Amino acid sequence: MYKYDQYDQQIVDARVEEFRDQVKRRLAGQITEDQFKPLRLMNGLYLQLHAYMLRVAIPYGTLDSRQMRMLATIARKYDRGYGHFTTRQNIQYNWIKLSDAPDILADLATVEMHAIQTSGNCIRNISSDQYAGAAADEVADPRIWAELLRQWSTFHPEFSYLPRKFKIAVIGAEEDRAAMRLHDIGIQLVKRDGVLGGRIYVGGGMGRTPMIAPEIKDFVTADDLLSYVEACLRVYNRYGRRDNIYKARIKILIHEIGADDYRRQVEEEFAHVKSLGLDPPKAEFERITAMFAPPSFVAADTPATPFVSSEVETPASATGVSTALEANGDFQAWRAQNTAAHKQPGYAIVTISLKPTGGIPGDATAEQIDLMADLAERYSFDELRVTHAQNIVLPHVRKADLYAVWQALDAAGLAPANLDLISDIIACPGLDYCSLANARSIPVAQKIATRFADQNRQRDLGELKLKISGCINACGHHHAGHIGILGVDKKGTENYQLLLGGSGAEDTSLAKITGPGFDEDGIVDAVETVTNVYLAKRAEGERFLDTYRRVGMEPFKEALYG
Amino acid sequence: MDKCNTPLPLAGGAGGGPVADAPANPADSPSPNPSRKREGDRTEGDEPAVTLDAFLDSQTNATAVRLEAGDDARALLPYLDRIALVEVSFPTFRDGRGYSAARVLREAGYTGELRAQGDVLVDQMPLMKRCGFDSFAPQAEIDPATLEAALTRYENVYQKAADGRVPVWALRHG
Repeated sequence: MYKYDQYDQQIVDARVEEFRDQVKRRLAGQITEDQFKPLRLMNGLYLQLHAYMLRVAIPYGTLDSRQMRMLATIARKYDRGYGHFTTRQNIQYNWIKLSDAPDILADLATVEMHAIQTSGNCIRNISSDQYAGAAADEVADPRIWAELLRQWSTFHPEFSYLPRKFKIAVIGAEEDRAAMRLHDIGIQLVKRDGVLGGRIYVGGGMGRTPMIAPEIKDFVTADDLLSYVEACLRVYNRYGRRDNIYKARIKILIHEIGADDYRRQVEEEFAHVKSLGLDPPKAEFERITAMFAPPSFVAADTPATPFVSSEVETPASATGVSTALEANGDFQAWRAQNTAAHKQPGYAIVTISLKPTGGIPGDATAEQIDLMADLAERYSFDELRVTHAQNIVLPHVRKADLYAVWQALDAAGLAPANLDLISDIIACPGLDYCSLANARSIPVAQKIATRFADQNRQRDLGELKLKISGCINACGHHHAGHIGILGVDKKGTENYQLLLGGSGAEDTSLAKITGPGFDEDGIVDAVETVTNVYLAKRAEGERFLDTYRRVGMEPFKEALYG
Repeated sequence: MDKCNTPLPLAGGAGGGPVADAPANPADSPSPNPSRKREGDRTEGDEPAVTLDAFLDSQTNATAVRLEAGDDARALLPYLDRIALVEVSFPTFRDGRGYSAARVLREAGYTGELRAQGDVLVDQMPLMKRCGFDSFAPQAEIDPATLEAALTRYENVYQKAADGRVPVWALRHG
């Protein structure tokens, strides 16, 4: 994992003092709310319906147990004892006092954390594959590139007042677990003739005008990375529209001038920018690479580690060898559903689902956050990840320890065996919290999860990514849902449109609206209706998405509106 | 407030030293380049800055140009050696096109005065300085103590920009 040196720490400490001064000036009336707004937004502080919301950055979704425990501490000390993990791999606190915000940032800075650029019209926190460094199908660890970009983008003097927000994702595998092509810039690491480089996609995004990013450059090495993205951003900053915030994202620019013209201008700018010496030397890439070196994995036949937690008592006798307890069906189901292949023999990647039936997707209590930190420290080389699907990953768990991990999770309500199933729902905070929302998202998610609570039924439906947004800004990624739900305001009442066929994976596609919307109970019925069509129509081995792509919208429409 | 109030000069113009070395009060500091006087450059009777169109269209010998937010600074690149002042307009602090305009001019070797004019606020000025601005004509008054704190707050920067500051990657690797 990346560790701060004196320079990183000084920059984050200075940021705390800067924001403390800005809050003081705001509270003293020396700056207006309009002038203060972009300053607080660049520190992740939103004014929501009921209170301030603070969004804390978790760069590329990676953190250690000490940082995770600090997130729990902040939940207890400044909020209501819980936090909300987001689709941007960050965490949000929904009940923050403005006057507390500088102290929270100071607390975060003690564990190498901050809220820098988690909002505002600037380059946002860089996102990545939650399985980075662990995935069996990885070309290289994308977090090294993401860290280069994190530093480059932090307080970028030219790109802090962009036309609109700007999101960058980096992945290192063929399988896309980060919705890479739905970002303003998506980078996929690839090898060409043994050399590592990045394939650059620009101009994707969701929001009210969803677009899949076209490829702008087939290969950029790490030596040229920062100059290349600098050129990409400069062309955008020059031409991006400022007259209409709904047309200000880079996807609109590229749509209007075309990918070829944009590429030509970026190349021209790059030829100039590259001469300025903006790229760090190889030694910097190597310094960062060393910090992401694989942990010291142990051979597969070493005995399992007993678990001792401050929060949960777990029998230390779990040996990891097959026992009667391990034959436990719940454990087996969880293991089958929530673990993924690790590149190291004898290890697995564990996803902790924050989607219990009837719960709020992505929410975790301070106690649960502490427990996950304990488990990471004990069983996962002190590492955790936040996923864009609002779950938590323990990236490096020995298979021999899986049972002990599951027991501890299960005791804390953290063992739903539903990764990528219909109840593993992405949902934005919706009208329960958000001042932009037109409709509530959380109750719809809860009702759908409850309707499909039967585990066997969920497993029979298989991989089914359901995503709910409470307004067209699409924070709940409904465009990328196999089933998407969009909350709208219809003459003063909440109404929900149903969409089918989206994907945020390597087979990226945008979901299409089925037809007229439904009320809150109607949308739950409608979801059930389309899953029934799938069950009736599916061919051997087909997921919901595959069947939809094969048979098209008509059978679903017929069943819904026929 | 009058748009044409006296511009606020800054220590360390184009290519100037790091902010950490700046004297306590930037307004009182000597310019690192004594031959180019910023203070009082623009007084009553000074040549007014002409628009970019006027500059390009006529055979003017104007030496001061004003760029609006939508103007393309690259149009000035053939004429940099005869321009003494480029004033870049910030119609609202949210419009960040002027930051790129400044970078483009400095990267092309422009060494004359580069002035940020308009909705220029203290919290944006450190970034403007990094992009190469060396004078400021803010619409509203700036508190000197707040400005000084803002300009000296960050001892380190992550990027190489137009102000000559050494990025942390260079400090790390000599």
